[in-house]
Amino acid sequence: MACEAWHAKLDLYVDGELGPAEARALAVHLRECAACAADALERVQMKRATAVAGKRYEPSVALRAKIAKQIAPRPRSAFSRAWTIIAIPALLVLIASVAVNSYVRRERTQRQRVYSELADLHVAALASATPVDVISTDRHTVKPWFQGRIPFTFNLPELQGTDFTLVGGRVTYLAQTPGAHLIYQLRKHEISVFIFQERESEVVASAPMNVLSFNVENWSQNGLHYFVLGDASTGDIEALSRLLKNAG
Amino acid sequence: MPLFDQLYNFAHWLAQDRAEAEDLVQETYVKALRGFSSFQAGTNFRAWMYRILRNSFLSSRTGLKATVAFDETDQEVAVQTDRATPENILLREADREMMQRALAELPVHFREILLLCEVEEMSYQEISETLTIPAGTVMSRLSRARKALRRILQKTIAGKP
Repeated sequence: MACEAWHAKLDLYVDGELGPAEARALAVHLRECAACAADALERVQMKRATAVAGKRYEPSVALRAKIAKQIAPRPRSAFSRAWTIIAIPALLVLIASVAVNSYVRRERTQRQRVYSELADLHVAALASATPVDVISTDRHTVKPWFQGRIPFTFNLPELQGTDFTLVGGRVTYLAQTPGAHLIYQLRKHEISVFIFQERESEVVASAPMNVLSFNVENWSQNGLHYFVLGDASTGDIEALSRLLKNAG
Repeated sequence: MPLFDQLYNFAHWLAQDRAEAEDLVQETYVKALRGFSSFQAGTNFRAWMYRILRNSFLSSRTGLKATVAFDETDQEVAVQTDRATPENILLREADREMMQRALAELPVHFREILLLCEVEEMSYQEISETLTIPAGTVMSRLSRARKALRRILQKTIAGKP
């Protein structure tokens, strides 16, 4: 399919409204077409900026109390009481189910937001003239470089006998929190490893998944949260994750 | 009341006034409780609640003024915009406040669909149920709303000293 045809489907793609087959095909196209990939990324950024700006108004405590009082059950006639007995529990069940759905949705949204931000950091670093601030394939050079730059330390794996090469590292920020951004190379793929201190508000560890055509794996270990993200295959991302888990 | 915060935010964006937004939310809960028998089990409760709120707004004085005869096709011409300014440049220039002003400047039918999609993260199906419009119209209106938002941001940034 030509770029123009895909272009018309980008809104549907970023809104998660494309069917699985078409979404997969578009993801393949995005890997090959820099212009469409940049356009998709820009649309995601615009969505995110709108979402942030849109969460603007908060109700007062007084309003909540007033409405809660107004809709609370009151003594009524036998008919009204019978109606209330049926309607109120049903409404509460529905509200509870909405609450659960909202929680699941919020959790998923939070994770997607973090992943999108990390994908941005990955792309921005690779597009930069200086992707890393410490250039070294030696983990004993890269790890000490972070001392005094970030408020924690971490272990890096021995890569001898593997296809992975350490390119270097830089300090990065996620939600105003400093962390380590390491770049590894595998054949022609560049893979980012992000390490942050674990926080309550952070995303929960999850199985490997695909975000904007990147494969991502994340987990928590020894008070740190690791994210491995790149365009390499799921198997390769998992292999690097295993090495990091064993080193940590 | 789990939807309370979201409904209030949506109401305030629609009415652009705290007192009116408070009245709308209050009216929504009272109507939801009274008309609970009209809610069909198995359908979308969230869309139902938003629909009540929106209908209350549309029948209010502010709502009637804000939604004077809106023709889907007429709007196409008004929101045509070039993509000469990529979003990353727009977004670098546009801070949160500027984005909020741009959203407030949008006609109400564009503002509400963007809020439902981006802030409430509703699917096209849910938006279609909330606004009682066909799914195809959701797609086209969303696309036009995004273009209109870009246009306002471009205009604001171009006018900056």
